Amino acid sequence: MTIKVKVEFLGGLDVISNSIREHKCVVPYEEGEATMKELIDHITKTIISDPKDIPVFIEDGTVRPGILVLINDTDWELEGMEEYVIESGDVFTFTSTLHGG
Amino acid sequence: MATITTTTMEKKPIKVSALCELCHSRKAVMKRPKNLQKLCKECFYHVFETEIHNTITSAKLFSPGDSVAIGASGGKDSTVLASILKTLNERYNYGLNLVLLSIDEGIKGYRDDSLATVKRNQKQYQMPLEIVSYKDLYDWTMDEIVSCAGIRSSCTYCGVLRRQALDRGAAKLGINHVVTGHNADDMAETVLMNILRGDVARLEKSCSIMTESVGSPVKRSKPFKYTYQKEIVLYAHYKKLDYFSTECSYAPEAFRGTARELLKSLEAIRPSCIMDIIYSGEHLSLAPKKKKTTVSYKNKKKLNAETEINSDGSVSLPKKQEFKDGNICEKCGYLSSNKICKACILLAGLEMNRPKVSIDNNTAIDGAAKLSKTLEQLSF
Ligand SMILES: [Zn+2]
Ligand SMILES: [Zn+2]
Repeated sequence: MTIKVKVEFLGGLDVISNSIREHKCVVPYEEGEATMKELIDHITKTIISDPKDIPVFIEDGTVRPGILVLINDTDWELEGMEEYVIESGDVFTFTSTLHGG
Repeated sequence: MATITTTTMEKKPIKVSALCELCHSRKAVMKRPKNLQKLCKECFYHVFETEIHNTITSAKLFSPGDSVAIGASGGKDSTVLASILKTLNERYNYGLNLVLLSIDEGIKGYRDDSLATVKRNQKQYQMPLEIVSYKDLYDWTMDEIVSCAGIRSSCTYCGVLRRQALDRGAAKLGINHVVTGHNADDMAETVLMNILRGDVARLEKSCSIMTESVGSPVKRSKPFKYTYQKEIVLYAHYKKLDYFSTECSYAPEAFRGTARELLKSLEAIRPSCIMDIIYSGEHLSLAPKKKKTTVSYKNKKKLNAETEINSDGSVSLPKKQEFKDGNICEKCGYLSSNKICKACILLAGLEMNRPKVSIDNNTAIDGAAKLSKTLEQLSF
């Protein structure tokens, strides 16, 4: 079994994902067994096109400060951040707040 | 852990701990960095808009009948600013005549796309749009400047030229007030940079919500002075505003970039630090300078050395200069604290270098003559 979710890279963050803003992700875990940590790891391996760009997304093992994370349109700070257990059908939105004012 | 649940229209019951802390009836979707309050979408809109309205009224930014130009880049800050000002103008009857004012720096690819966004905003918000270009004003595009002076100082050039361009665009429209989308994060970043560079004289000016120079027809203000970047991005996202978010093709100033990262890392640990830095900037004031009478020779020499012409023809701007208002640039007539304004000094340096890119015409001699003439007129 796998977990199917949608991942969006917005606010200019799509520069590190071949200018593609929407990604369908198939995360190779059983339902209920993967958290944001596994998803972030999966994203760095499958969505970020150039490994050199990983630091644009990740810092100290988590999403870099300045990138706004929404889980189903809710601030991930209200959803337990890295501990959030991902479910099929979830939409994860990563928006850079640093790009072009 | 709260165990009581409420039944709403939502699919899943919401835990009480997940409810909005203002209306206590809808699910909270965001946490305010300013005070860690959890809010639902509707309450967030209300709080966000009301806070900006309060900033505007308590700083008395506008009077009924004012014409105000919104410095519009197509980016998130100025797009949200245009949307909010339209909303507040209608809700609270400000009686403002709002106009979008955009600068075309002449950066292929980057600016073309962002100007297309501004043109869509013009329709969405039904505001007149004025575009002024560097090429028309200065006879240089940013692309030409970078190919001549290099990429390293592109932000310095662009910053100086943009400031003047906005003023001139406003003057062209007969408008004496330009609002920009500078937010609390930008403000804190500038305070931090000024502190790190020892540029304390600039602190007060960089923190003021409105800057008005004596003799200048155009005042500037920042209605987002106390508004966090995170909330601006969230507002644009939830309201599905149409903004453009590609970074300028020319690398941002390294020092500013590093200051910004430092600020973001600090904010992750202590979100209030952005407000705290602005507060510090507002309240750190310099003791009045003691008058030195015995070292006048030394001072004079130092002043003369302030503007250095580098070997490549570029010009180092004076690092510390007194803000003296009311003078007019002898070359272009723009308000300047010196006889020749910063933009004209930069452009003169560029003219010296122009032959490097266009060898066929006579600008080499022309440019050199112009610069030496300019230098003769420079006295501080
Ligand atoms: Zn609410
Ligand atoms: Zn001038």
